Parts: sequence; C-alpha cells; structure tokens
Amino acid sequence: MGLSTLAAATKVDTGDTAWMLVATALVLMMTPALGLFYAGLVRSKNTLNTFMMCIAAIAIAGVTWALIGYSLAFDGTASLLGGLNHVALHDVGFTPREGTTIPQLVFFAFQATFCIITVALIAGAVVERMRFGAFLVFAAVWSIVVYSVLAHWSFGGGWLTQNGLLDFAGGVPVEMASGFSALAAALVVGARKDYGRQALLPHNAVYVLAGAGLLWFGWFGFNGGSGFSTGNSSVLAFTNTLLTPCCTLVMWFVLDLVRGRKVTAIGAATAIIVGCVLITPAGAFISPAWAMALGAVGALPCYAVIVWRPRTRVDETLDVLAAHGMAGFTGILFIGFFAQLAWNGAADGLVYGNASQLGDQALAAAVAPAYAFTVTYVLLRVIGFLMPLRSTERQEALGMDVIHHGEEAYASGEGAILVTPEAGVEAEVPVSP
Amino acid sequence: MKLVIGIVRPEKANDVLEALYRAEVRGLSMTRVQGHGGELDRVETYRGTTVQMGLSEKVRFEIAVSDPFVQATIDALCDGARTGEVGDGKIFVVPLERAVRIRTGETDVEAVTPVGE
Repeated sequence: MGLSTLAAATKVDTGDTAWMLVATALVLMMTPALGLFYAGLVRSKNTLNTFMMCIAAIAIAGVTWALIGYSLAFDGTASLLGGLNHVALHDVGFTPREGTTIPQLVFFAFQATFCIITVALIAGAVVERMRFGAFLVFAAVWSIVVYSVLAHWSFGGGWLTQNGLLDFAGGVPVEMASGFSALAAALVVGARKDYGRQALLPHNAVYVLAGAGLLWFGWFGFNGGSGFSTGNSSVLAFTNTLLTPCCTLVMWFVLDLVRGRKVTAIGAATAIIVGCVLITPAGAFISPAWAMALGAVGALPCYAVIVWRPRTRVDETLDVLAAHGMAGFTGILFIGFFAQLAWNGAADGLVYGNASQLGDQALAAAVAPAYAFTVTYVLLRVIGFLMPLRSTERQEALGMDVIHHGEEAYASGEGAILVTPEAGVEAEVPVSP
Repeated sequence: MKLVIGIVRPEKANDVLEALYRAEVRGLSMTRVQGHGGELDRVETYRGTTVQMGLSEKVRFEIAVSDPFVQATIDALCDGARTGEVGDGKIFVVPLERAVRIRTGETDVEAVTPVGE
C-alpha cells in the first residue's frame, strides 16, 4: 500500500495549484513545439510524418500514463517499481500527494506531459524511415518499460532517490533516457537509405528556430513547475532556465565561429535546446552563477558529439543523443560538483565539501543510460520480429507523408480532382508497392 | 548538337545527377515541374475532402550536348531514373539550332563543351 494514498493530510495551496495548472499547459505545448523543431530539420517530403510522431506521442503516452504508467512511477516508494494502486487513475483525486500542496490530479497531469515529451524526443532518432505503425507500438511499450521505471527511480522515491540522487526536473528519466534510447533506436532501425551518400538537409530553418523558441518558453513550466509550488526552488529553477541557455547560446556562437567562421541559425536553435536540457536536472540545486557556468561549459561536450556523430555510420538523425543524452549526463554530473546547500536546502556538492554527492550523481549517470539503451535495444528487436520497423526504400524515396498519412505538407492542389462520395473511390494510395 | 530533355521522378533526381556525372556530362539545368503521364492518380484526404492528385511532381532536366554525347546522356538518364513502375518519365531529344556561351561568345559545339575538355 503506497504512502501517497494514505497521506491526505496536507492542505491544497491555491497559489501553488494555479501555477502548476499553467506549468502543465506550458509543458504540454513543448511537444507540438518539438514537432515543429523536428519537422524543420527533415526534408519537406517527411514534414508531416515527423510532426505526427510527436502528436502520436501525446496520444499514446497520454493514455498509457493514465492507465498504468503513473501508477508504476508514483505509487509507493518501493526501490525498483511503484505499485498498481493508481491504475487508471484510481485514488488520484483532489487531495494532495504526500509532500506536495497541489491536488494529485494536477500532479498527475504535470507528470503526464513529461512522459509525453520524452517519448516524442526519441522520434528524432528514427524520422524519415521508421514505419508509423511500428512507432506507435514502440511508443506505447517504451513509455511503460523505460519511462515509468526511470521516473520511479528518480522522481517517485525509488532507489536512486533513496540513494541521494539530486535530479530536479528529469535529467535521468527525460534527458538521458531519451538520448540513449535514441542511440539504441537508431542502431536497430538502421540508417536512412541515402545517409552518408547524399546531403540530407533541413528543409526549413525558420521552423527549427520557432520550435526551439517555443520549447524554451515551455521549459519555464517544465523546470519552474518541478518544485510543485511557487516556492524558492521553483523561482530559482525558473531563473536558471533563463540564464543557462543564454550562456549556451553565447558559447555555441563562439564554437561556430571558431569552426566555420559563421554563426549558424540551426546551431543557435540547437544551443537553446542544449542549454535548457543542461539546467533541467540542476534546476534549483545550483546558484544562478553556477547555472551560467554550466551553460557555457556544458555546451562543449554536446557540440563535440554533434560534430562527431555525422562522421559515423550511426544515423541518429536529429542528434537526440548529443542534445539530450549528453546534456542530461553533463547536467547530472555538474550537480555533483557545484550543488550548494545554501541555495537548495538539500545537499552540497564536491566543491562545497560533500564528495559523496558526486558519487550519487555518477551512479545515476552510469545506470540510467545503460538501462535506457539496453531495454530500448531489446524492445525494438522484439517489435522488429513482430512487424517491419522501417518503410521500403521506394517508400523512403517517395517520402513518409504520402505513404503513411496520404497528405503532403505543401500540397499545391493544382490538377487535383475532387472525389465525390458518390463516386465511391476507396482506392488505396497506389504509390505504395 | 541536340537538346536532351528528361522528365524524371523527383526522388530519382539525385541518381540521375550521379549517372550524368559518371557519364562525364557536365552542363545541365533542372526545374521542378508538374505533369501527368498516364500513371495512376494518388489519392489524398484533407479533413473531409478526398482528392485525386492528377498532376505529379517531376523534375525536368535540360542538357545541351554535342552529337557524340547524345547516347551517353540518354543512357545516364535511363539508368538513373528507372524504377520499372509506371511514372518513370520520358526523354525527348530535339535538334538544337544554335548555342552561345555568354561569357566568351563561343558558339555551338564549343559552347556546349564544358571548359577544360
């Protein structure tokens, strides 16, 4: 029996609840924003399919989270996995969950948006070739066997938390989980047919920048809401969410200048994401000054992975590993060095005399990627055994939009003949062999 | 001297470019066009509206070549663009009356021969 179901004593705070309602909506918006960001990065014939993978994550993960995911993550504080008392929102009502001052329903909805965006993030590794149907199956199972488990370990009172891990808004279950799962997914699904042979360029850099901007906006809810209140931790995390990406942007400009003598727009959009991810785990655990340092220093390993990855045979298409896996990893470790009791009221890091915190962080930084990578790899192998994971080469050449959705992002309508219902045309899209 | 016009599938355009490069055909231009060549229409649905897309996207290559290069150009277009399905496209070869290279004023065969050959 979970503690959370018994603890109905805490009072609901209206201010905290008001903020968390807004924060939840902000985080939900991040997933369509990610769709826009990703859609700009692919070729025009795959725009809709890429966007739809993110929309599908909302549909699929929203349902699995309500049915079982939330329960496995947040029912009780068993070390490995939560219980089943909250299955299908059983006992999730207006009374607060222990340790919070908001109705558990709001807490549930807020956490649901996290599960959703994490599933959507992985799509970045497999766009432009994975079959839509196979992705839906993958999304459903992954949201349970990877996300819920890691969320329990680091948010729900599981063994990493008991061990002393500091993870403010999801360095483990969101960032490292998606990043290293993306690597596994790219390896199992395989590279696009033209990868390494032709230039596969982003088709709309404006989408990418607009998507990144909307993601940053939503991230104020993501990090600012992860204190579940309007208290100091939320205020600190909110401000750090402004400062860290600013510093990442500046550092990215410098790196771009050194490498190619030009500051690139897609580089800037990437820097915004990297900065937001860097501060996600560290949110309210480090001072604003250290948050700025994190933004600048953390840009280096992520930039290195982004430069290195396309030279490999691994078509991890939209660099989820670099922007989320690597940045989450860096953020988690950074806490181990620079956490400050005076700011966070929880623990000091190595620099402030508490070396054991670094050990706790390093353990999570080793375990989370290993778990996410292994389980995703096996899961996709199993799904691949049951159904084809990817479209045929011919379908890939035609584009996923027409093949999987029967629509085009930029349809001109010229020469299109209206099919009236009486004509009874129920023909299959004849382009698919 | 001939003008070779090849209308091919957009997704095969890169293969055609590669084949032309290998055949040492260097000067060309390409445009995106829409057309219909007897293939089955694609059916798309937007909300309640179902439409048959009567025109398909194609890419049109225009390549002016001297006579010895005509067959090589045709072969390259066929190799690069063929999938075996209806809708692979057409090649038209038309006589070319004059050609002028604007930079130098060279005409005809010199004008369609890339610099350095």
